[in-house]
Amino acid sequence: MDWFETIKRTFLDFDAMWQVLPQMLGTGLRNTLIISVAATALGLVLGMVVAMMGISTSRWLRIPARIYTDVFRGLPAILTILLIGQGFASFSQSIFGPSPYPLGILALSLIASAYIGEIFRAGILGVDRGQLEACRALGMSYPRAMRLVVVPQGVRRVLPALVNQFIAIVKDSSLVYFLGLLVSERELFRVGQDAAVLTGNLSPLVLAGLFYMVITVPLTHLVNYFDNRFRTGRRPVAPTSGLKEVNELDDAASPLVYGENT
Amino acid sequence: MSIAPAMSTSAPVYHGSSLDLVGLSMAYGSFDVVRDVTVHVPAGTTTCVIGPSGSGKSTLLRGINRLHEPKSGDVLIAGESTLGVHPDQLRRRIGLVFQHFNLFPDHTALENVALAPRKVKGIPKAEALEIARRRLAEVGLAERADHRPRDLSGGQQQRVAIARALAMEPEVMLFDEVTSALDPELVKGVLNLMAALGRRGMTMVVVTHEMNFARKVADQVVFMDEGEVVESGPPAQLFDSPRSRRLQRFLSEVL
Repeated sequence: MDWFETIKRTFLDFDAMWQVLPQMLGTGLRNTLIISVAATALGLVLGMVVAMMGISTSRWLRIPARIYTDVFRGLPAILTILLIGQGFASFSQSIFGPSPYPLGILALSLIASAYIGEIFRAGILGVDRGQLEACRALGMSYPRAMRLVVVPQGVRRVLPALVNQFIAIVKDSSLVYFLGLLVSERELFRVGQDAAVLTGNLSPLVLAGLFYMVITVPLTHLVNYFDNRFRTGRRPVAPTSGLKEVNELDDAASPLVYGENT
Repeated sequence: MSIAPAMSTSAPVYHGSSLDLVGLSMAYGSFDVVRDVTVHVPAGTTTCVIGPSGSGKSTLLRGINRLHEPKSGDVLIAGESTLGVHPDQLRRRIGLVFQHFNLFPDHTALENVALAPRKVKGIPKAEALEIARRRLAEVGLAERADHRPRDLSGGQQQRVAIARALAMEPEVMLFDEVTSALDPELVKGVLNLMAALGRRGMTMVVVTHEMNFARKVADQVVFMDEGEVVESGPPAQLFDSPRSRRLQRFLSEVL
């Protein structure tokens, strides 16, 4: 039973977890959510721009979008974060002050936007071409037709993929610690790691892991639930006879459909 | 169906404009799809375009409202050239109804009809919804205003699509095989609606495979094949005494 005790002490030391819990909640969870939500918001905006460029008929928009996507999807996240976070540090300092958050968030959102751009592009291209045609035939401009009709439909069908992307960002947000964080700036991973180093026990990191899962697992299931509901719908689908509709038309008190046989 | 008393008091009256296609040619890349088509559609009349698949009928309609830009030739509405008009402006004056309805699936029937008046014409929401309600009532769907397209039958969806086009108060209506995707028992309802539109002064160009409709409702029938107008004239002339071999052949296959 010796090894079992060892494992339990190493990973599941509840006292060590209990001690770090206030920091996990107050500092770690809070900062992880701030970084992730901000990076996602910015990533969604950039991603939509990249997607619109990617489906453009102009190659001068398409090719830059392609290159952008290839670069930021092709690089390891840690490399992008370090290059941006350190490369522009002095520039950022003069605008935002010493916090590494602005550049960390920017780097994460650049990475995310490369993926999100592809997600949006696939969703928008999946919308039946007739939708755009119908809008244009009614006199809508291309941008208005996209904004009012095509993009909302495209985005709705890729909601699950977007949630997956948010989950990826939550996990990648731990990499921001490479840019150096003040005590109050630490996110979940860093809080856990500091406590682990301090106590020589891995339990605080396990607790950090639990917090990540508390964020990500419910989201995954939520999205599956919505996905199923969108797919199957939940209306009553009793079949109606086509003849009923014919009767209805015959009874309609409209000047256009009323009687007057052809 | 019984013959009903006329309800002229509440009947909407449309003010269709004349439509002229003058030497219209269209191409997909280097492939000529429509060649030198000239058709005169007097105001308030119905012209049916018939012909085998691949004859360029649908492309011709898309050339009229410039969903597909013509290669050469001109389109005149009310006698005026539209080539210099911005397509978005032109399309406000021309309604197009599609084979597959193309309703907006996340909008109710009412919102489908109200969207363009609101967003394109800038009519205030309440007023646009009122217009939409009236248009839906005209096509017999007042009761279905809050249904989404997937809760409507094909025939109902197509009537919503017609109401949607009418809501922009077009001068010309184009119909692109609008009953081809419908269950057979629902076809007549849509065709009757179109016939009523024609009687009330709308100028219509109807691409169709419904020969009975063309014979009874059209003022003029245009037979196209391989991108050209092979023969045109009053329906009785084309259907009862076709002159060209190609039209004789086509009619023998479809009638």
